[in-house]
Amino acid sequence: MSKNKSEYLINRNDNQYEVVIGLEVHAQVTSESKLFSTSATKFGAEPNTQVSLVDAAFPGMLPVINEYCVKQAIKTGIGLKAKINKRSVFDRKNYFYADLPQGYQISQFKDPIVGEGKVILDMPDGQKEIGIERLHLEQDAGKSIHDLDPKNTFVDLNRSGVALMEIVSKPDLRSPDEVNAYIKKLRSIMRYLGTCDGNMQEGSLRADVNVSVRKKGSKEFGTRCEIKNVNSIKFMQMAIEYEANRQVDLIEDGQTIDQETRLFDTKKNETRSMRSKEDAHDYRYFPDPDLLPLEVSDDFIENLKSEIPELPDEKKKRFIEKFKLSPYEANILVSDIETSNYFENVIKKSDVKLATNWIIGELFAALNEKNLEITESPISPGNLSKLINLIKDGTISGKIAKTVFEQMMEGDKDPQKIVEEKELKQESDPKALEALIDKVIDDNRDKATEYKSGKVKLFGFFVGQVMKVSGGKANPQLVNEILKKKL
Amino acid sequence: MSDITKQSLSELVENIKSKKLSSSEVTKAFVERSEKSKELNAYITEDYANALNKAKKFDEKPNLDLKLPGIPMAVKDLFCTRDLRTTAGSKILNNFVPTYESTVTQNIWNEGAILMGKLNCDEFAMGSSNETSFFGNVQNPIDKNLVPGGSSGGSSSAVAAQLTPITIGTDTGGSIRQPASFTGTVGLKPTYGSCSRYGIVAFASSLDQAGPMAQNVKDCALLQEVISTYDEKDSTSIDFKRNEYSKELTKDIKGKKIGIPKEYRVDGMPKEIEDLWKKGIEYAKDCGAEIIDISLPHTNYALPTYYIVAPAEASSNLARYDGVKYGFRAEGENLIDMYEKTRSEGFGAEVQRRIMIGTYVLSSGYYDAYYLKAQKVRKLIKNDFDDAYKKVDAILTPSTPSSAFKIGEKTNDPVSMYLNDIFTVPVNLAGLPGISIPAGHDAKGYPLGLQIIGKAFDEQNILNIAYAMEEKINFKNNITDWWIK
Repeated sequence: MSKNKSEYLINRNDNQYEVVIGLEVHAQVTSESKLFSTSATKFGAEPNTQVSLVDAAFPGMLPVINEYCVKQAIKTGIGLKAKINKRSVFDRKNYFYADLPQGYQISQFKDPIVGEGKVILDMPDGQKEIGIERLHLEQDAGKSIHDLDPKNTFVDLNRSGVALMEIVSKPDLRSPDEVNAYIKKLRSIMRYLGTCDGNMQEGSLRADVNVSVRKKGSKEFGTRCEIKNVNSIKFMQMAIEYEANRQVDLIEDGQTIDQETRLFDTKKNETRSMRSKEDAHDYRYFPDPDLLPLEVSDDFIENLKSEIPELPDEKKKRFIEKFKLSPYEANILVSDIETSNYFENVIKKSDVKLATNWIIGELFAALNEKNLEITESPISPGNLSKLINLIKDGTISGKIAKTVFEQMMEGDKDPQKIVEEKELKQESDPKALEALIDKVIDDNRDKATEYKSGKVKLFGFFVGQVMKVSGGKANPQLVNEILKKKL
Repeated sequence: MSDITKQSLSELVENIKSKKLSSSEVTKAFVERSEKSKELNAYITEDYANALNKAKKFDEKPNLDLKLPGIPMAVKDLFCTRDLRTTAGSKILNNFVPTYESTVTQNIWNEGAILMGKLNCDEFAMGSSNETSFFGNVQNPIDKNLVPGGSSGGSSSAVAAQLTPITIGTDTGGSIRQPASFTGTVGLKPTYGSCSRYGIVAFASSLDQAGPMAQNVKDCALLQEVISTYDEKDSTSIDFKRNEYSKELTKDIKGKKIGIPKEYRVDGMPKEIEDLWKKGIEYAKDCGAEIIDISLPHTNYALPTYYIVAPAEASSNLARYDGVKYGFRAEGENLIDMYEKTRSEGFGAEVQRRIMIGTYVLSSGYYDAYYLKAQKVRKLIKNDFDDAYKKVDAILTPSTPSSAFKIGEKTNDPVSMYLNDIFTVPVNLAGLPGISIPAGHDAKGYPLGLQIIGKAFDEQNILNIAYAMEEKINFKNNITDWWIK
C-alpha cells in the first residue's frame, strides 16, 4: 500500500496512524570548565570536588560567561547550517530542587544563540531533511542520589553549572529509525566539530522526546506527550513505540490524549505520567540581571567558521566524487570522525578501492569481534596501508593477506616483516612455478588425461593443488597462465 | 588626642600619615566608642579584638602610602567578609561565615583599612527604616526612638554617631541616600557598574550598588576612589576611566547647569521640604551654578516600576536560601516541607512580602502586564534623564519627602514606607549616580538632605557640586551622645 517501504505506520482496525516526533537533545559542551564558573568538568570525579562558590550559589556570587562554551555553541550552530544570532539573552528558569543550588537554572528562553538549521539523514530509501528549531546554552543541574541512605538524599554538585546545548528539532521525525539516524547524525556532526563527545553512557547526550500520533494523511498535529530525559537511542526507540501505541489505543477507544510530561520506565518498557499540563511548573522566566545580553560580532562568527572542519555531508560528497566510493561505502566511512580519519590516513599511501574494502570488511569485523573502537585498533593506518600495498604489488595474495592481517591484529606489527619472517611472499617466479606445476601434473596424470579429453571443469582442481603445494604462496594469476599452457 | 572619634576620615588619614596618631590609637578610640554605644544597636557582629590586633600589626610596619592607612572601619552586613559572619540582617544567614571577600571590601583592606565589625541593616536590604532586621531596629543618634533610615541604617547611625570614621552601604532604591539624609550625613550611590557587586548579598541585581557613607563630601570622594574598580567577576561591572575623586575634588562649579525637575514637587510634600529645596537652589546659585527648570515626565511611575522590578529580581535572587547548602534550616518531613518551614521561619515578613510580589509579577499570565511593562517604563524613565542631561550637568532634588520618622510609625503601612523612596528610586532605575548631603533641619530639629543626581560615570561632577554646596550650607549635626551613660 505504502509507496515508501520504510514508512512507519501503526495499524488499528481500519485506521493507519502516523507518528510525529520532535526531540530536545541536551548535549554537554566539550569544555574544560563550566558555563559560568572556572570549575573543572571531568566525568567521574569524586562527588563535590568540582564545585566553585558560584556553582554552589553562595551569597553574592555572580556568573561570568565562559567564552569557550559560547564558541562551541556557535560552531555547533554552523555545523547545523543554522542562523547564528548575534544577540542572545540568558534567562533564569526558576524552580526549587535540592540539586539546583541557585533556585534557578540559567538558560536561554526568548533569544537563543542559534536559530533555525537542518540535519540531513541518510535513510535506506533516500535522504531526509530534519529541521532544527533552535539551539540554546544552559546550565546543567547537580545530581540527587536517593539510594545511598534510607532517609536522606545526597547531592553531588560536580555537574552543577556544566554547559549544555539544548538542540530542539522541528516535529519532522516520523519513526524510531529516523530518531536513531537523527541522533547518530547529530552526534557525528558534534564529534567532527569537537563540541560534544556524544558519550551517552556518561550522560553527555540525552533527550526529551515529544511524541504525538495522527491519522495518516491528516495535516493537523495530535496532542503531544513529552517523555523526559531518555539517555540511549534504544530507550528512545522503545519509548516512542510504546507511547505511540498507547496514544493510538486511546484514540481508537474514543478517548482524548492529555498533554503531559511522562517518564520512560526502562525496566517495564512503558511510559508513565509524571505531571499534567495543569501541574506544569511556572518557571517565571526573566532575563538574568547578573548577565548582560550576549553580543557577538560578525568577525567573531567568521573566525569560528574558518575553524570548522569538513563535516560528514561534505566529506561523503568528496569521497563519492573523488574516490568513486558508493554512497553506501561513503556513509559508513564518514559516519564518525575517527573512522574517516583512519580511512584518510590509510589511503594517503595506498589504493582507495582496496582500502575501502579492507576497512569496511576485515577491519570492522575484527574490531567488532574484539569489541574495540577504531581508535583502539591494533593495526595502525600506516601498517594497513603497507599491507594493501603488498597485495597491490603482488607480493602477497589476498588470501595470504588475510593471514598476515590476523597476525597484525595481535599487535601493531609491520606486515612486511611478518611476510619475511614467515616466508609468506607470493611465488611469482615463472620457473619455480613451472617446476611446481609440472610436479602436480605428474602426480595427477589420470586427471590431466581426463582434462585433455574435455573435462575442463578439472582446471579448478589443478589450481587448487598448485596452491596447496605452494602453501598458498603461488601467484594465482601466473598459475592460471602456466597451467593453461602445460595442460 | 582625646577627640579622635570626632575627626573626619581625611583628618585621621592625615594624622596617621604624619605619625601624629597610630592606627592602634585610632582603632582603640573607635572600638571604645562603639562599645559604649551598644544601645544604638548599630552592629550585628563586632570584631574588635581582631581589629585591635590588625592595628597593632599595621603600626609595627606601617605602609603610609596607602589611601586608608590603618583606618578602622565597620561595614554594612551585606558585604561578605572572609571568616567573619555575614547575615544580611536575616535569620536565614544567622550562622553564615563566608570563605571569601567582596571585591568592594577587599579594595578597602588593600588600601590599609581595618575591619571593626558588621553593621545592622534591613533584612536583605529590604526596608527604609532598619526595622526589618532580624537583629532588631537601630536608633538614630539624632534622637532616641527615631529610625536611622534604611536599609543602610546601621551604617548611617554608626557614621553619624562616630562609631566608625566612614562606612559603606548599598543602595537599591535609596538605601544609602535616605539614611544619610535621616542622620545628617553624606551618602553616595555610584553609577550602576561603578562598584563591583561580587560578594555583596544580592537584593535586586539590576539596581544594587555599593557606595560610601561619610561625614563630609571629601571623605566620601576618598572612599569612592578606593571602592570603585572594574571587576571581571561581575559581568555588569563597567570598564570606564575612574577619576581620583578626592584629588580632583574642587569647589569651582561656576557655570554648571543644575536642573530642577518640576515633577518632584509631589502632592502632600511638607512645606519644610519645599523650603529646603528652595534654599538648596539658592546655595547652588551662590556657588555660581546656573539653575534650569527641567521635566522628568515619567517620575510618577518610578515607584510602582521599582516595586515590580526589585521584588521580581529579589524573588529569584533569594531562592538560593533554601536550607540545603548553608544558613538556617528547619527540619521537615520531606524536601518541600523543609523548604517551606526553612523559608517561613528564616525570612521576615517584609522579605516574604517582596518574594510574593516578585513571584506574582513574574508568573505566566502576569509577566507581560507587570514585569515587561515595568521594564518599558524603566526605559522611559531613563530616557527622561537622557533628555534632561542634554540641557543640564546635574539635577537637584530633596533626598526624601520627610525627615526621619519614629520607630514603629510606619511598620504597619508598607505603602507609606515605600513612599520614602520616591525621590531616590528613579536614580537607581536609570543607573545614575546620586549623592545626598545634609542641607538643613526641620522644625523638630531633624536633619534633611538634598540629592544631586549626575550623568552616568560623572561622580566627579556631583561630588564637586556637593563639595561646593556643603561649604555654603555649613551644616552642623546636633548629636548629644544621649545613649552614652
